[in-house]
Amino acid sequence: MGDSQYSFSLTTFSPSGKLVQIEHALQAVGSGQTSLGIKAANGVVVATEKKLPSILVDETSVQKIQLMTPNIGVVYSGMGPDSRVLVRKSRKQAQQYFRLYKEPIPITQLVRETAAVMQEFTQSGGVRPFGVSLLIAGYDDNGPQLYQVDPSGSYFSWKASAMGKNVSNAKTFLEKRYTEDMELEDAIHTAILTLKEGFEGQISGKNIEIGIIGADRKFRVLSSSEIDDYLAEVE
Amino acid sequence: MSIFEYNGSALVAMVGKNCFAIASDRRLGVQLQTVATDFQRVFKIHDRLYIGLSGLATDAQTMYQKLVFRHKLYQLREERDMKPQTFASLVSALLYEKRFGPFFCQPVIAGLGDNDEPFICTMDCLGAKELAKDFVVSGTASESLYGACESMYKPDMEPEELFETISQALLSSVDRDCLSGWGGYVLLVTPTEVQEKILKGRMD
Repeated sequence: MGDSQYSFSLTTFSPSGKLVQIEHALQAVGSGQTSLGIKAANGVVVATEKKLPSILVDETSVQKIQLMTPNIGVVYSGMGPDSRVLVRKSRKQAQQYFRLYKEPIPITQLVRETAAVMQEFTQSGGVRPFGVSLLIAGYDDNGPQLYQVDPSGSYFSWKASAMGKNVSNAKTFLEKRYTEDMELEDAIHTAILTLKEGFEGQISGKNIEIGIIGADRKFRVLSSSEIDDYLAEVE
Repeated sequence: MSIFEYNGSALVAMVGKNCFAIASDRRLGVQLQTVATDFQRVFKIHDRLYIGLSGLATDAQTMYQKLVFRHKLYQLREERDMKPQTFASLVSALLYEKRFGPFFCQPVIAGLGDNDEPFICTMDCLGAKELAKDFVVSGTASESLYGACESMYKPDMEPEELFETISQALLSSVDRDCLSGWGGYVLLVTPTEVQEKILKGRMD
């Protein structure tokens, strides 16, 4: 990029009005493993590839999809350690909200606070932006919701979204397949089909992860045998 | 004389059928001298949530200002009004923040929650919540108020009857307390309307 003179310091705008570090952070996200989320009429599903660097890695110890509160879950694309820091901070903020109001935090508020943290790291000295985009999925009094938060700190509510390596194919596929009145089960099938589109190798319950939340408002990560069952249905 | 008895106050809130009433006296004193007879102790947070603050008048006013501030920010951020239970938790947290140098006031919170369910609670000056299904009282006349409410209260009263009951309970209790009285102020809230009434009792 012609702005390379301005890419050393995070807090300096380039002449074209960009913060180059954030552009680079988005590159880090774009080369991460694909993840996606779909909002159904009665729940939300998030899914991600779980490609491990070697067959020697114990896949049961790796969990990419995590809970922020019992009714809000999150998946990322990009740098895993950065996402762990964000999840930790967001969990603490959710608990602080609960301590003050004795009410579970609404998803919009948690997303806003997470995004504020990410924005802080684009305007402080000596730090770098987070190299992750997050898909936050949850179910609260306003129904099922899906938000994407980017390294710049901007966030959007999505009906369906994808991030990472295969983002453009995945989004095209989702645009074709998405319907407003989709049920959660249909959404899970669509999520699996979308991941399959760009998947290198044989897809199985061991190399993808799926998290769902329904009207029971309990976010849970599916076990690999449950994923295998869904894969069999989709074949 | 205790700091809670410096200004004198009487507050009571009662639950009726899909409605609630909150009432206070109107005297503001400086120990034994009466300084005002139209002092406001019951404040609106939003259309369906009211708080009465007894105890030291300056702390009551400051607490009210802090709570309105917090609620306005909440409304802007969350684009909705606070539920009464949530508000009570907020008041409790704010009071406890000053655990070792407290605000000398005792709030009485009354509101209509989801499904027009009435909610009342009171707490001490450190934020210990006391939820009740029937009535809550606070202030220098609280002992008389407890007695009067206990004997006059019936569950599921209609708004008119609730108004009569709470007015009688308030007036008879403040007559037994030299630091509170000089009339009463009653607020009756139903899902469709809010009625404010001034009571004339013994003006001493």
